[in-house]
Amino acid sequence: MPANPFNNHTDYGIGIGLRVPHYRHILEKKPVVDWFEIISENFMVDAGRPLEVLDRILEQYRVVQHGVSMYFGSADKPDREHLKRLRTLVKRTGTPWLSDHLCWGSVDGRYTHDLLPMPYTFAVAKHTAAKIRAVRDFVEVPICVENVSSYAEFHQSEMTEWEFLSEVVEMADCGILLDVNNIYVSSKNHSFDPYDYLDNVPHHRVGQLHIAGHTKYRKYILDTHDHPVLDPVWDLYAHAIKHCGHTATLLEWDDRIPSFDEVHHEALKATQFLGDHAPAAGGKGKARAAAQPVTA
Amino acid sequence: MSEALFRPLNARDGLQATWSDGRSTASVAADFIKPNSFLTPVERLEIYARSYWFRVLDCLHEDYPGVRAILGQRRFMKLSTAFLAAFPSASFTLRNLGSRLPAFIQDQPALSAPHTHLAVDMARFEWAQVVAFDGPSLPPLTEDDILDAGPTRLRVALQPHITVMECAYPVDEFALALKKRDAALRGEASNTLTAMPASRPSARPRLPRPARTCVAVHRQANMLYFKRLEPEAYAILTALRDGRTLSAACAAALRDADPAIDWASRVQSWFQAWQAHGWFCRRSNRGRT
Repeated sequence: MPANPFNNHTDYGIGIGLRVPHYRHILEKKPVVDWFEIISENFMVDAGRPLEVLDRILEQYRVVQHGVSMYFGSADKPDREHLKRLRTLVKRTGTPWLSDHLCWGSVDGRYTHDLLPMPYTFAVAKHTAAKIRAVRDFVEVPICVENVSSYAEFHQSEMTEWEFLSEVVEMADCGILLDVNNIYVSSKNHSFDPYDYLDNVPHHRVGQLHIAGHTKYRKYILDTHDHPVLDPVWDLYAHAIKHCGHTATLLEWDDRIPSFDEVHHEALKATQFLGDHAPAAGGKGKARAAAQPVTA
Repeated sequence: MSEALFRPLNARDGLQATWSDGRSTASVAADFIKPNSFLTPVERLEIYARSYWFRVLDCLHEDYPGVRAILGQRRFMKLSTAFLAAFPSASFTLRNLGSRLPAFIQDQPALSAPHTHLAVDMARFEWAQVVAFDGPSLPPLTEDDILDAGPTRLRVALQPHITVMECAYPVDEFALALKKRDAALRGEASNTLTAMPASRPSARPRLPRPARTCVAVHRQANMLYFKRLEPEAYAILTALRDGRTLSAACAAALRDADPAIDWASRVQSWFQAWQAHGWFCRRSNRGRT
């Protein structure tokens, strides 16, 4: 299944996150990259350098928006100012779908700027699904919700995380941004089999995949996005691709960011798993899918 | 859970031992969080609390390097922690996290004494840079707009990304000295062979002495700038910003000015420069913009 309604029937290949240390390289060298993922909040500003850079990127590349503060699981209603700015940015980028996290992070108008885990209950799933629907109706693009890595579990939970994810996306009729690194991190922190997770989510709803590196500590694993992808995560990714088919995939590298070429090379390792599937279609000329790492 | 996050960490970067109602934090955490084979409930909660505090402290650390240099790292951390405990983020974006820090420093002088005035000035100056970086930009006023209205009726607004400020200290010079110091330190840390610096960079430039300083922080072609203003120029700009007509702003600003100076030509050259920079825009009907 190369594409689905949850990523607007697009067929994107391998993308990388647009990060400040790479701006100059991208704007000057114009490397061949299938698409860039931007953090929406970094560009929900009125003017200035961020939007200038974004507009120049949009001249050359396809962009997909990824949010970090919609907090579908928070009890608060979506902030109107946030929604308006998000919709304005959606119009600017033409993002075919929009992703944010299955988490909470604000309470009574105070923001933690973190992706906090939720108690996996039917009531919470219902509330979360309603909020996803409300946001989708406002921004008018498909939404994919991303599973987060977590370090705590609640007594209150009534189901597994993958059951909760499935419940939410079915009720919201939305897509999934399946982060296989987050599944791995949480599986180690909460002692479950990550393959059980992968096998039991609705694969036809997976509109995008995330891969990333993490850091092992003595008693837990932290989702740090500051390393290359580790082998067990690549194994999970291969398993996910078997279930989901050729799916838009993004490498996250957000801390101790190396050169653009190193990040891109790491991302393109995913091509070997996507190889058996049809090549990406559509796109914007120069920004077509790359089959080889950029080494220039 | 949020209560645990918003309370400052203890001296060892852990959760405080007692909850706000006097119970032990460990027992409160155990009420809602499961343990696993390696971590107790409170240890699991602590991972999130540390992550929260490190993230928001890092944000202020990055946005206020000048205040940090004035107070030193330890006092800056103490100030930041007190500020964030009083004013947790109220916005979906971390961009706005430090917006109230200048007022907080003013209201809590003990946290910055004896450098409170300097720290307030620097905090205002650094917040102005955040505003100038990505604040709104409106269509600039045209020559026709000015000519059509005439000086006795013309009311203009400053671009929303511009801050004009009067400080008791030359914070712009201090900020430049810090940038030079940082550049020199980066040079020292590099393996690249370069000419030896004339003198070893000090850990912190000398703190400035008081000196009335008027400055505009603005954006030009999406680059940040700060521009020194003569006191009369500052007075004209603030009067215009506050809604006076062009002629009233000039009259008020130059009421006590030295009559020996050719103010007409000086004011004309200021306006030419400001207009060339696109600093003026139409005034909103809702009043001050």
